[in-house]
Amino acid sequence: MTRKQRRLTLIGSAGAVLAVALTLILIALRSEIVFFQSPTEITQNGVAPGQRIRLGGLVEEGSVVRSDNAHVRFRVTDTANTVAVTYKGILPDLFREGQGVVTEGVVGSDGVFVADSVLAKHDENYIPKEVAEALKAQGHWQGEEGSTN
Amino acid sequence: MIVEFGHYALVLAFALTLVQSVLPIWGALQKDDRLMAVAPPVSVMLFVLVLLSFMVLTGAYLSSDFSVLNVVENSHSAKPLLYKFTGVWGNHEGSMLLWVLILVFFGALVGIFGGNLPADLRAVTLSVQAWVSAGFILFLLATSNPFTRILNPPLEGADLNPILQDIGLAIHPPLLYVGYVGFSITFSFAVAALILGRIDAAWARWVRPWTLLAWCFLTLGIAMGSYWAYYELGWGGWWFWDPVENASFMPWLAGTALLHSAIVMEKREALKVWTVLLAIFTFSLSLLGTFLVRSGVLTSVHAFATDPARGVFILALLCVFIGGSLSLFAWRASMLKQGGLFAPISREGGLVLNNLFLTAACAAVFVGTLYPLVLDAVTGEKISVGAPFFNLTFGPLMVPLLMAIPFGPVLSWKRADLGAACQRLYAAFGLALLLTLVTYWAWGMEKVLAPLGVGLAVWVMAGAMSEIVTRVKFFEIGFKRGFSRLVGLPGSAWGTAIAHFGIGLTVLGIVTASAFQDERVLTMRPGDTVELAGYQMTFEGAAPRRGPNYTEEVGHFSIRRGGAVVAELDPSKRIYTARQMPTTEAGIYTTGFSQVYLSLGEGRGDGAVDVRVYYKPLITLIWIGCVIMSLGAVFSIADRRLRVGAPKPARKRQQSMAAAE
Repeated sequence: MTRKQRRLTLIGSAGAVLAVALTLILIALRSEIVFFQSPTEITQNGVAPGQRIRLGGLVEEGSVVRSDNAHVRFRVTDTANTVAVTYKGILPDLFREGQGVVTEGVVGSDGVFVADSVLAKHDENYIPKEVAEALKAQGHWQGEEGSTN
Repeated sequence: MIVEFGHYALVLAFALTLVQSVLPIWGALQKDDRLMAVAPPVSVMLFVLVLLSFMVLTGAYLSSDFSVLNVVENSHSAKPLLYKFTGVWGNHEGSMLLWVLILVFFGALVGIFGGNLPADLRAVTLSVQAWVSAGFILFLLATSNPFTRILNPPLEGADLNPILQDIGLAIHPPLLYVGYVGFSITFSFAVAALILGRIDAAWARWVRPWTLLAWCFLTLGIAMGSYWAYYELGWGGWWFWDPVENASFMPWLAGTALLHSAIVMEKREALKVWTVLLAIFTFSLSLLGTFLVRSGVLTSVHAFATDPARGVFILALLCVFIGGSLSLFAWRASMLKQGGLFAPISREGGLVLNNLFLTAACAAVFVGTLYPLVLDAVTGEKISVGAPFFNLTFGPLMVPLLMAIPFGPVLSWKRADLGAACQRLYAAFGLALLLTLVTYWAWGMEKVLAPLGVGLAVWVMAGAMSEIVTRVKFFEIGFKRGFSRLVGLPGSAWGTAIAHFGIGLTVLGIVTASAFQDERVLTMRPGDTVELAGYQMTFEGAAPRRGPNYTEEVGHFSIRRGGAVVAELDPSKRIYTARQMPTTEAGIYTTGFSQVYLSLGEGRGDGAVDVRVYYKPLITLIWIGCVIMSLGAVFSIADRRLRVGAPKPARKRQQSMAAAE
């Protein structure tokens, strides 16, 4: 092999690996990202069944119903609209009625949001940034800028 | 008074970094030995001053001095002594002080042990290290002063965030920081090489042990953080592709690449420019990680407080250091003479391949971590990038890399014979194939990919071992003589084999724990039994208990297998009194390398409680593998050839290597 061929092999393989990486990243960015939506956005725009989204808002007061085998139903609200959510599993430590929550899952055919994860917050005063902004959009937000401490 | 002393020491340290930033490098450029000689003693003094300052803050925590704002916000007099101590870095200001302490510590190490470095290289390296230190000490003093007093000291503090009150989290930040910040010294070496326009094999021999040291600690720190998240957060997951995790994982990937490219540079004087660039990238990613974690752009347990001024300050530091070093690179890199040609199929070629895949994987993690932030800033659209993204990008990039690992060490330098290399790996391949088939046989075809994953892990482990076996030639020369060769193998050969074995173990743990885990979520009443993976778990009842600064509701479970009780687990829900914050403490039973994991949900009031039970086969291998990887790094550092101050026995080394072939 000449020097030039060696260099070409090197550059060629580097290019190939990077191209593969880039392709994977682009595919993943199209198909594997999850959009955040507020209850109002879901109610107004609708969501294709089976499309994964993140739903965030406040857990509506008095809406949490627990049944056997760790099934939970609750409603997420941004004060203008609400979305019913079902979840099977252990709720995070700081899940409270009236507090902010982010859930991830799909909207079922009956319009009920089936969550497969309910996100834990690390601090009781913390409201997820997305939730804070969704609430602000409804004009019901008086708190400080989402601070953690 | 003593607190002001700590503050003053920090200010003094800042003044010294300014001296250090200018004099030694000026001396190096003017060829003035006296100016260059300033660097080592000043680097030690810097360390002493910052250490003093750190000790003062620690003292304030241990004595619960509530006239210091930082202590009030993060401590409590009833907190156990250990957590008073570790609480020092359980907050923004204290952890940044620890960051700076480690930064100047590495500078001091170079000052003390750098005696046989070329004088100008040492002087410039220490100056560059001082630039970084100056930036971060200024950051502390200007925006995050841990020594701020308050006018009316309260009687009691606000306590440390309860999930941080844990032994795992006590040692995770220091380990991680030694790793993170340890890369600063390779960065300083790289920038010094660019400034001096000179780089050679000796440079690589100097830089490699530092990289190894930092990498070793970073590996342990990440593993510790992962294990902490696993048992403390109660979700049973060990990696969430959370941006803060990625923030430490990106420097790890880049550092791993650096580690390997530095070998090529040391042995063959090739890849010089690339190695320097990687050294810059690695520390840049550490800085980026610090920015992501500390600025409050990400909301997580690590974002202690969100103060815009801090974010802007770190961002400015980030731009100066990364932008500056990359511009310097663009300007000076062409001065570095390239050397050492090699064929594509060769040890060098293998290491280049390693670098390609690692950097590509790092880029994928980078995009996945930053894309949501950029998109939010630009369009305001909120998205989340989670495990599916990384499984699709990072995963496929790792598979070829893992497949290639065993080939690396058996290829010869310059030009290698792939057929001969394959011959040495027949046994490893056979073993991997066998275990793949056994897994298929045991689990059937329902999980198609998992047995292949097991095979891949075995391939990596067996490949790592076959390198040692072939070098020792047990089969040709008998056990007795083979053993003496085994002991005589150079540390770096052991290091490679051990580290590669460790990565195989980690992969094995990941594959089995994800593919073959069993999970049940259910509501249990006292007396109820649930069966999972051959274990019967009986909920015996719950009882309240009081801890020093919390109260908890403890669920009592007995675990049976074949009728006999093998373990009793007490998972609990805690409420930390000062913050009224609940946490979950999981109950974990380790059997062999596998674990039974129990965590409690909210009680129902009528004695019933939601329970999540996992059986996670071989999960501990994930972290054991990481520990073994770090052990490999230790062996490599211990290699005589890399040891600082070791004479260069060029002739003798060639002989012994010829004998080893």
